[in-house]
Amino acid sequence: MSTKEVALFDYWPSPFGMRVRVALAEKGVDYEYREEDLPKGKSELLVKMNPVHKKVPVLIHNNRPVCESLIIVQYIEEVWSHKSPLLPSDPYQKALARFWADFIDKKTYETGKWVWTTKDEEQEAAKKEFIDHFKLLEQQLGDKPYFGGDSFGFVDVALIPFYSWFYVYETLGNFKIQESCPKIIAWAKRCMQKESVAKSLPDQKKVYEYALDYKKRLGSQ
Amino acid sequence: MGGEEKAKLLGVWSSPYSRRVELALKLKGVPFEYVEEDLSQKSALLLKCNPVHKKIPVLLHNGKSIVESLVILEYIDETWKGHSLLPQDPYERANARFWAKFIDDKLMPSVWKTFLSKEKERDKNKEEAYELLRTLESELKDKKYFGGDDIGYLDVVANVVAFWIQRVQSVVAIDLLNQVCFPILCKWIERLYHEIPVIKECLPPKDKHLVYIKARYEAATAANGNL
Repeated sequence: MSTKEVALFDYWPSPFGMRVRVALAEKGVDYEYREEDLPKGKSELLVKMNPVHKKVPVLIHNNRPVCESLIIVQYIEEVWSHKSPLLPSDPYQKALARFWADFIDKKTYETGKWVWTTKDEEQEAAKKEFIDHFKLLEQQLGDKPYFGGDSFGFVDVALIPFYSWFYVYETLGNFKIQESCPKIIAWAKRCMQKESVAKSLPDQKKVYEYALDYKKRLGSQ
Repeated sequence: MGGEEKAKLLGVWSSPYSRRVELALKLKGVPFEYVEEDLSQKSALLLKCNPVHKKIPVLLHNGKSIVESLVILEYIDETWKGHSLLPQDPYERANARFWAKFIDDKLMPSVWKTFLSKEKERDKNKEEAYELLRTLESELKDKKYFGGDDIGYLDVVANVVAFWIQRVQSVVAIDLLNQVCFPILCKWIERLYHEIPVIKECLPPKDKHLVYIKARYEAATAANGNL
């Protein structure tokens, strides 16, 4: 299948896929990127590698698949443990990181999607929930440079991909995240200074074009 | 090792998530204090320790609180020596975490949905739950336990599958997890119950539990305008 030891099945606008790209880049792991064109359908190989969920991202390492983005990131952390640790060594700090990553996982994608796929009152409700969610995260960030403290870590990896979708939320939602959550924006820009993040996230305008196209396709069904 | 202060668990007797943590602590031989929470009147301590979700279980240790059962299980495994819950190998760990998430995010929601279905949706939901149970059973295959020769993290997480499904299904009279369709899972349940002493200690007392389930089910279906 692949000459490289590591391969990633992914879809470029997926924030879940982006998490894995960032983690691999942080660790300096060389890998084969395999784009799944999801609107056209899933490749046979993807379905074989992730028969339970049939979703991206899937990491292949030594011919074995690892699925679910945060599980993949923890796997990457444990295998390539000698470089750029993403999790602290203290069990309590680790538990905190896992808690917040899980919290981000439970709410961010759904809330964001709700914002950009609805309108009128429903969208207003979605926006309120979105802002409340990010305000809570902002509170957790506090005055730290990263959620991980002084260094970029697991929670930062979990959240930063959604920054590539901020232009979509703001434009289609007609609001500015900066106004309610300035620290989140400052944090995101700080993360984007890192090469591992900058090269793993797509351009916000490109994601916006994708979102518009997605809405058009939905509308035409 | 493990810190000076005794661990404290805020839980609810009928909650499988609470019981998972109890099970993990007992498997590790960790002494702990148990505090029963009344969810209709959440204590100040609970609200202080879990302000985000306001839920049990909460593990208190060394003045800190840890929440979310799966997060707590990993904390317990990393803090106290003794019976190892998660495997050492990163791939096996990822696999165990994957199936834990599958149980909590996919399987159990489908099972609860089936039990609470309106009649016309019941068969469809049941078929979906069946499929997911089959998928989980295929992970067990010919192993004694999900953890291999000995019980591990995934067996602890799967307590809800092992014991809650059969109890609820007996009350709601929807046959889901049975010997005929799931011989491997049923054998694993028997093995857990008979071979692992602490399992019985961490189960809600059966009669009391069935009464409780019945009351919850009747309240839920009345709210849904069901039956």
